[in-house]
Amino acid sequence: MDETRRPAAAARAFWTLAAAGAAVLALALGAAHYMELHGHVVTGMSNQVVWGLPHVFAIFLIVAASGALNVASIASVFGEADYKPLSPLSVLLTVALLAGGLLVLVLDLGRPERLVVAATHYNFRSIFAWNMILYNGLFAICALYLWALLERRLAPLAKPVGLAAFAWRVILTTGTGSIFGFLVARQAYASGVIAPLFIALSLAWGLAAFHLAQAFFARLAGEAMDAAMLVRVRRLLGIFVVAALYFVAVHHLTNLYWAKQAAFERFILVGGAPYPALFWIGFVGLGSLVPLALLFHPRFAGARATSVAAALVALGAFAFLYVFIIGGQVFPLEIFPGYEARSAFHDGRVGSYAPSLPEFLLGTGGLAAAFLVALVGARALPILPAAAPAIPAAAAK
Amino acid sequence: MNPVDKRRREFLGGAAALAGAMIAPGVFLYDYAQAKAPGEPASGKVRWGMLVDTTKCESGCNDCVVACNTEHGLPEATRATDAQWIRKVELKDLRSGKAISAPVMCQHCAEPPCVDVCPTGASFKREDGIVLVDRHTCIGCRYCMMACPYNARSFVHEPTTGQKPDVPRGKGCVESCTLCVHKVDRGGTPSCVEACAAAGHEAILFGDLNDPQSEISRRIASVATTQLRADLRTDNGVRYRGL
Repeated sequence: MDETRRPAAAARAFWTLAAAGAAVLALALGAAHYMELHGHVVTGMSNQVVWGLPHVFAIFLIVAASGALNVASIASVFGEADYKPLSPLSVLLTVALLAGGLLVLVLDLGRPERLVVAATHYNFRSIFAWNMILYNGLFAICALYLWALLERRLAPLAKPVGLAAFAWRVILTTGTGSIFGFLVARQAYASGVIAPLFIALSLAWGLAAFHLAQAFFARLAGEAMDAAMLVRVRRLLGIFVVAALYFVAVHHLTNLYWAKQAAFERFILVGGAPYPALFWIGFVGLGSLVPLALLFHPRFAGARATSVAAALVALGAFAFLYVFIIGGQVFPLEIFPGYEARSAFHDGRVGSYAPSLPEFLLGTGGLAAAFLVALVGARALPILPAAAPAIPAAAAK
Repeated sequence: MNPVDKRRREFLGGAAALAGAMIAPGVFLYDYAQAKAPGEPASGKVRWGMLVDTTKCESGCNDCVVACNTEHGLPEATRATDAQWIRKVELKDLRSGKAISAPVMCQHCAEPPCVDVCPTGASFKREDGIVLVDRHTCIGCRYCMMACPYNARSFVHEPTTGQKPDVPRGKGCVESCTLCVHKVDRGGTPSCVEACAAAGHEAILFGDLNDPQSEISRRIASVATTQLRADLRTDNGVRYRGL
């Protein structure tokens, strides 16, 4: 591109993208308003499936937010200097994804206008209440972290704050997983392994999100991605995907060993359409095995294949969460072991859930909010590394 | 008997009847009902509970559900989004095929998971064991519904109509069986219990589990009863016979 025309073109691209993001966000706000006006009766949720598609989006964004900090942690905590130029983007992305996730979570509340109640009344036995503190704390730590990374005089703070951020986000994702892990009565949850499982998922989803953001900004700037760094990110993402698969396998194998969980596992893994298909094809196949092939096979060593792999990991994340959250709720609670139960209130019957348009729009609004925060942040602050002395993306293969 | 004596006798009889009529409710309240004065906090000496006798509960009878709906201004539930504070569950023993019918409502646990998980403390347990939702601090996150082992809670999915003064409800909040707290505090019994008795079944018994002399305590001491999901150790205030 002609160097003199470059700033103008970049500005045009920025405003076009910002307008597109704002339009999606506006639709989401409209959908949330519609849901608040009429109540959740306009969603697919019910008294059996109390958390629906918005939670799938929200939990993806919150879990990915924690993992998006990987790159900054590798630089600040583990001392890998090569990752340092990418640290600001990593921290910004954490803030962006977390903001998007929380937006969806809050707007899906039955009484979103009572947010101030949630901020002033804490039940410290509730992991939900702890998470509110953890989420807000991560915003504060990330703000300080970003400041330390961007302001030369605060550079000595980067390591201790980076360490604090790393510890904080491990605790935060433990908390997010424990929202489900602490549900003592539900066959789908009630397991200590869900906390480390969520940490493994966050590493994979966060790095996938980071790679997609990095590729996006590189393309926007017309610059190429650092080939050496690409090799390292690919390997790391592959390891994280395997780690996530490992914990998912442990969770299901534990359940399969327990006779009381057999019916639930049969439902999720084999019989209960559409959940087995989403799990095996969506999460295991497209979301894990295909990305692993793309990441580890030398034939697909380029930036584009990496982006495809990262996008598939994110897609697999949605499949996983849909099975985990919705599938876990439609399976009936076992209140009367040894009896066949039926009633007018979901007893002994597999529930149904069909997401409605407002829910979907609210969810995509979370993605749009995250996109906008990242886009504006990257324009307003010196987030992106100075033009890499790089080979064009196509040549990076 | 002279006419003066007769009038005197009639007067004394009437006065005694009047005095009896005036004192009787007080005696009743004092002896059995233990009504709370307005503003008086719930007492931890009492633990309200119920005993459901499935051997007396009739399959197909829905009177407890209808009474609950009427008492609390709940519309008849026809959709998965409609509130149900009490439901009739028809059970079949998987080995013997024996059929059992039983109402299920909030079990008013001593260790309620809904109270543990509620981020704002809107779900709470009174000193007398009744588990309630504070409609002013419930933010509608539905985490308590995820946590309840008994599927006892409902989310208000749409604007409410026909509300009762004693039973505040509101769109966007979670609600469940209150054990008819508004009646119990005035010395009454829950509507489901009354309806079941009126139908001649008397399958639900209400009373103070802490009082060894109460009928519910004596029944629990004399017949085998169980708590739903006893493995969770939530120590439910509602017990079942014949399960």
